[in-house]
Amino acid sequence: MNTSPSLRRAKVSLALSAAAILAASACGGTDAGSGQSDGSTLSGSIRVDGSSTVAPLSTAAAQLFQQQNPGVNVTVGTSGTGGGFEKFCNGETDISDASRPIKDEEKAACEKKGITYEEFQIANDGLSVVVNKDNDFAECLTVEQLKKIWEPGSKVNNWNQVDPEFPDQRLELFGAGTDSGTFDYFTEAVNGEEGASRTDYSPSEDDNVTVQGVSGSKGGLGYFGLSYYEENQDKLKVLKIDDGDGCVEPTKQTVQDGTYKPLSRPLFIYPKASSLEKPEVEAFVEFYVENNAEIAEKSLFVPLNAEQEAELKKDLERLREQHTS
Amino acid sequence: MSNVVDGDLTVAEGPGVPRLKGRGTPWRERFFEFSLLASLAVGVIFLGGLLTYVAVEGWPRLDSRLWTNFPDLINPANAGAQSAITGTIWVIGFTALYCLPTGVLTAIYLEEYANPNRWWNRAIEINIQNLAAVPSIVYGILGLGIISRGLGFGQTVLTASLTLSLLVLPVVIIAAREAIRAVPQSIRQASLALGATQWQTIWRQVLPAAVPGMATGSILALSRAIGEAAPLLLLGGLTFITFNPTGVHSQFTVLPIQIFNWISQSRAEFTALASAAIVILLVILLAMNSLAIWLRNHYSRRW
Repeated sequence: MNTSPSLRRAKVSLALSAAAILAASACGGTDAGSGQSDGSTLSGSIRVDGSSTVAPLSTAAAQLFQQQNPGVNVTVGTSGTGGGFEKFCNGETDISDASRPIKDEEKAACEKKGITYEEFQIANDGLSVVVNKDNDFAECLTVEQLKKIWEPGSKVNNWNQVDPEFPDQRLELFGAGTDSGTFDYFTEAVNGEEGASRTDYSPSEDDNVTVQGVSGSKGGLGYFGLSYYEENQDKLKVLKIDDGDGCVEPTKQTVQDGTYKPLSRPLFIYPKASSLEKPEVEAFVEFYVENNAEIAEKSLFVPLNAEQEAELKKDLERLREQHTS
Repeated sequence: MSNVVDGDLTVAEGPGVPRLKGRGTPWRERFFEFSLLASLAVGVIFLGGLLTYVAVEGWPRLDSRLWTNFPDLINPANAGAQSAITGTIWVIGFTALYCLPTGVLTAIYLEEYANPNRWWNRAIEINIQNLAAVPSIVYGILGLGIISRGLGFGQTVLTASLTLSLLVLPVVIIAAREAIRAVPQSIRQASLALGATQWQTIWRQVLPAAVPGMATGSILALSRAIGEAAPLLLLGGLTFITFNPTGVHSQFTVLPIQIFNWISQSRAEFTALASAAIVILLVILLAMNSLAIWLRNHYSRRW
């Protein structure tokens, strides 16, 4: 079991009941007076932690779920994807949010503690590359050009170095802080190696700072999640990205159907198998999966496409069968 | 700014030209006074500017929703910070409970009992001062490894309070020692000469006299603790929680984490909410400090 070939096929094991008892005792007793729910008799608490990008999704899911199940306390933390898995594999949380698939060393850490899990993709996110509103020359950048700008040691500091047709305009760069999943993903997609980036730019863990930086400098360029562009359309201009198949603008549509490349990414949740044996956790995960489109919309993410949706439903069916058998 | 430059020149030329001494002195006097005022102004203006900005930004959301509602990410108009406000009060309350007695007792030992000629006492003293300069995230790692996992307290109010206690303990100890040291030696000698034991001298003479200084130190220490987000994020301070702590074993969040979370949301409504929460945080801080000032005045009158 520990050496399952595919991480989608993690199995529920009786050997894990010890971990379940541990998790249950860690949060028992805090919610004794929770009987008067309308229809739902579920109670207990569910701990979600992990990526701060995925947190709005899990928070929206938790809110909607609690409206129907007031007896269940769902809490969401933001330790980051890596920090979340660290706690998850230590048995401290029920569900881990992740803005990238689990890494091999994290799988090994989980295995060591005997923790098995499921993996569900619950939404899509697009990273938008934005420039100043007054920038009237740049419409589309190729991935090559992005790489030229962002690769480690890059000396590009003027727009005319990016493309000779661009005017002589100082290039000012704003980007994600090195602790964020956004930084990991962008560097991986653009520079081909996670964490590889030039360092002489203004980094921020807070995307709103990047919004202000780019909207305040004429030669500014930055990147962040699509929702931050959509909320600031009046201040920023988004660039189309050309990955060899022509220029594509990031929209809900292009991110959803995967034509916006390579800056579209899947977002995941990893429920712990032993926690799924608890009725409230199982109900929450089922709710999360079944209502993924509404949850994605409410938290300003891009819902799954038909193909992803079908796969998710299949995973959910399999999970249900496991539990009824 | 130009005044400061002029002033600098006056001072720089002064010592080189001795015969101007008589004429130069009033200038230097005025310059000195001006630089004192200017330094004061830097702090006051920034604080005033910050308060005004935050109050103006947060004004539309500075109403009862803020303390009666729980976080709401779907509908910002319904969002509130009740769980963060109660969480902050719980965590800081217990931090005070743990760190103030420990800090004061440590200070009494070091000042009244420890022999400063012994090398280990000097080593302890230097290390306490070093600890005061350790970045807070390091205490977060310590709290996660030892208190949360090692002692098995988990991600609870208890873990957070103990970690913050460790974080501010050096400040409390140093301030309390200064306060004890400021009590004149003659008072101790008089007390001992009248037949009081060392414990009676400390309890009835030294401590009451040192309370004002200790209270000031405690204000500084707890003010630092109440604004901490980094170590608590590491310890599992949550960003979405819809119930208040019910005991030291509850899960929790605190205002700085809630503010940080709101400020990084993409929707503009959350920025106003974050500003309003900052105002609440400042109000709690002021209330706490007022209590300490009241205690200080109360005690200093009694002595």
